[in-house]
Amino acid sequence: MGRYVIRRLLQMIPVFFGATLLIFLMVNVMGDPIAGLCGDRECDPATAAQLRKEFGLDKPVWQQYATYMGNVFTGDFGTAFNGQEVTELMSTAFPVTIRLTVVAILFEVVIGITLGVVTGLRRGRPVDTGVLLVTLVVISVPTFVTGLLLQLLLGVEWGWISPSVSPEAPFNELIVPGLVLASVSLAYVTRLTRTSIAENRRADYVRTAVAKGLPRRRVITRHLLRNSLIPVVTFIGTDIGALMGGAIVTERIFNIHGVGFQLYQGILRQNTQTVVGFVTVLVLVFLMANLLVDLLYAVLDPRIRYA
Amino acid sequence: MRGATHARWAACAAAVALAATACGDDGGGDSGGSGDGSGILSSSWGDPQNPLEPANTNEVQGGKVLDMLFRGLKRYDAKTGKANDMLAEKIETTDSQNFTVTVRSGWTFSNGEPVTAKSFVDAWNYGAGLKNNQKNAYFFGYIDGYDKVHPEDGGKQTADTLSGLKVTGENTFTVKLNQKFSTFPDTLGYAAFSPLPKAFFDDHDAWLKKPVGNGPYVVDSYAKGSVMKMRKWGEYPGEDKARNGGVDLKVYTDNNTAYTDLMAGNLDLVDDVPASQLKNAKSDLGDRYINTPAGIIQTLAFPFYDKAWDKDGMEKVRTGLSRAIDRKQITETIFQKTRTPATDWTSPVLGEAGGFKEGLCGDACEYDPDEAKKLIEEGGGLPGGQVKISYNADTGSHKEWVDAVCNSVNNALDNDKACVGNPVGTFADFRNRITQSKMSGPFRAGWQMDYPLIQNFLQPLYYTNASSNDGKWTSAEFDKLVDEANAETDQAKAVELFQQAEEVLRDDMGAIPLWYQNGSAGYSQRITDVALNPFSLPVYNEIKVS
Repeated sequence: MGRYVIRRLLQMIPVFFGATLLIFLMVNVMGDPIAGLCGDRECDPATAAQLRKEFGLDKPVWQQYATYMGNVFTGDFGTAFNGQEVTELMSTAFPVTIRLTVVAILFEVVIGITLGVVTGLRRGRPVDTGVLLVTLVVISVPTFVTGLLLQLLLGVEWGWISPSVSPEAPFNELIVPGLVLASVSLAYVTRLTRTSIAENRRADYVRTAVAKGLPRRRVITRHLLRNSLIPVVTFIGTDIGALMGGAIVTERIFNIHGVGFQLYQGILRQNTQTVVGFVTVLVLVFLMANLLVDLLYAVLDPRIRYA
Repeated sequence: MRGATHARWAACAAAVALAATACGDDGGGDSGGSGDGSGILSSSWGDPQNPLEPANTNEVQGGKVLDMLFRGLKRYDAKTGKANDMLAEKIETTDSQNFTVTVRSGWTFSNGEPVTAKSFVDAWNYGAGLKNNQKNAYFFGYIDGYDKVHPEDGGKQTADTLSGLKVTGENTFTVKLNQKFSTFPDTLGYAAFSPLPKAFFDDHDAWLKKPVGNGPYVVDSYAKGSVMKMRKWGEYPGEDKARNGGVDLKVYTDNNTAYTDLMAGNLDLVDDVPASQLKNAKSDLGDRYINTPAGIIQTLAFPFYDKAWDKDGMEKVRTGLSRAIDRKQITETIFQKTRTPATDWTSPVLGEAGGFKEGLCGDACEYDPDEAKKLIEEGGGLPGGQVKISYNADTGSHKEWVDAVCNSVNNALDNDKACVGNPVGTFADFRNRITQSKMSGPFRAGWQMDYPLIQNFLQPLYYTNASSNDGKWTSAEFDKLVDEANAETDQAKAVELFQQAEEVLRDDMGAIPLWYQNGSAGYSQRITDVALNPFSLPVYNEIKVS
């Protein structure tokens, strides 16, 4: 187990460098960011050159990357164009997005798995068909439609929630945005759980458990569900990274100043430092989530062992 | 948030189940106060692009803060745009080149430091210095010694101070310009010319975290990227004291969300109504929707560095294109009358006396498809048989109007492919192509005035090699007239000369004027006396909270 973890951690190193280099090159291809800094007019050449020097943009790309990586290992992620340290931006943006992701994941786990179990056990019944239809609708409607609609109905028409989230972004304000963010994944989780449960329901060990006279509740939670969760856990694990990075739409609609907003600003302003910094952290989150998922397999199914 | 209490408790219960969290007032309800001038309003804001320093701020969002935080030598009247003395007791000159400025005494910064002649001179020297990376440094380019402080070729800065600036007393200083510039005093209302306190130079980082100025408001707290709380400064010595207790500037990720928040009663003022909401704004807000002219003009510029657009006869093609655009229809349908068809190259906010001349463009800006077709054919047709209008696609919903302009041109020429839009991904990339002279056809250009002077609408944009002459249009006659106008001390005569220069521009159709842009804003029932100034910024200090 320990060796497995170490091997996995070592594998992350090339992935990490590859991903950051790729992002670095992609942002660089977009051209000279200084050109957009002076508004609808040309920066005067002397100031532009000076700024380029300050941000290290006058050096060749490979050198920029090397310097950047060197700094990253000392914890310095550079400075955004508005003079703020990227680490400072991260320290305000990541907590917000993590809260939002936690809300979304909780929705996926609680509602998604419950619905999945319920429908999986009642395959073909009206409940099942109903939920299937609803998930189909949720999957096919784009997130920004769901988001704007909920915002308009709950926020403006009925006044149940505030349409925008305050800068502090406490949990209670993130419930609706979290639901919107989770909606599509939630539908997938429901469907995955349903299929898995329905398949395993006829498995030998379930029949044995029932024959032993175990209470129905115990059969479902300990035996059936635990064995059916592997595909679901895989999905949710990879979804963590996707939710954090892909929250741009939701964050824009509900005015959440999280990672998505910072990335969007960074891309618009072609701010290499911001974009690469945030993506680097997201890559790490993604890798860690994947490792965690793999380790969870062994917990769910002891037959799976790692050497 | 009426009717929200119930739901909030339900939401809180759910939140507690998820994880313990503070449930209570979410900050939306702390804006009490009644007509006594202590009420606090909230206003939409965007994340400023650059650090908040007077000479480093060149966009509206940062400008908003500077307008509340600073008062300069002059201030532009919110209604007429006229430059009135503010901190200047008098600015005297005999030759339009040497000026003596007397600063009013009794003014202080909000940290107690007095505002003296030195506060201005130090600030201007800082703004001009190349090593300080100030993006508005070129505003000081008229002052003698600028080439030493800010070498154009990017070489080493050989002086720290402008030789044209001299402190001659506690409250007086002299300015020597490197050329005659009669309207120079009128430019001094621009934020880049604000005074700065010693605290700015002593601890720059601390100042940036919490800027200190001499205006009617002080910064109470600033959480970068999310909210800036401005509060009334009780001891402000000026006449234009804040009539409210303060303003919370809230950063919005999207102006649609800001508008939604206004509708839901969570926000008091939106100073940029999103294009998609314009057609609802009137019915949603009634009298609380403002749509007033601002000093902004949108034009189509041409790449004069491209031979195909610069050869003889092309002025007919350019004029033809101008005549092929149905400005009236586009401003009414796409912009919901928040734009006015342009008939000159300035802006109505200048007023007649300031140099705005309705109809100066004449026939050349009137829609006439037949005449347009004839002119373009006479001029030798469109280069390559097609025009591509470039614009940046990331902000400002430019696609809609560019497509409409192209439609109009196509209809006039009876050719589906005569004109197409050419979107460029980001604004930075769009600017890149302009700076590198890579445009192959007309492109979107816009100008938001720095100060309400006709000079500001012409010289930076069309003078040979001027800072914002993106199309590189050049005309010796135009340049000569502008120089003469700048040297002219009689305001009325100067304006006349500028207008003659504008006629030169018209005859060659150096850029097609499209429309004047309005400022649009919406506000809640809690506040009154809301207005936009000619720069389309809300006049915050006048707003009353009930």
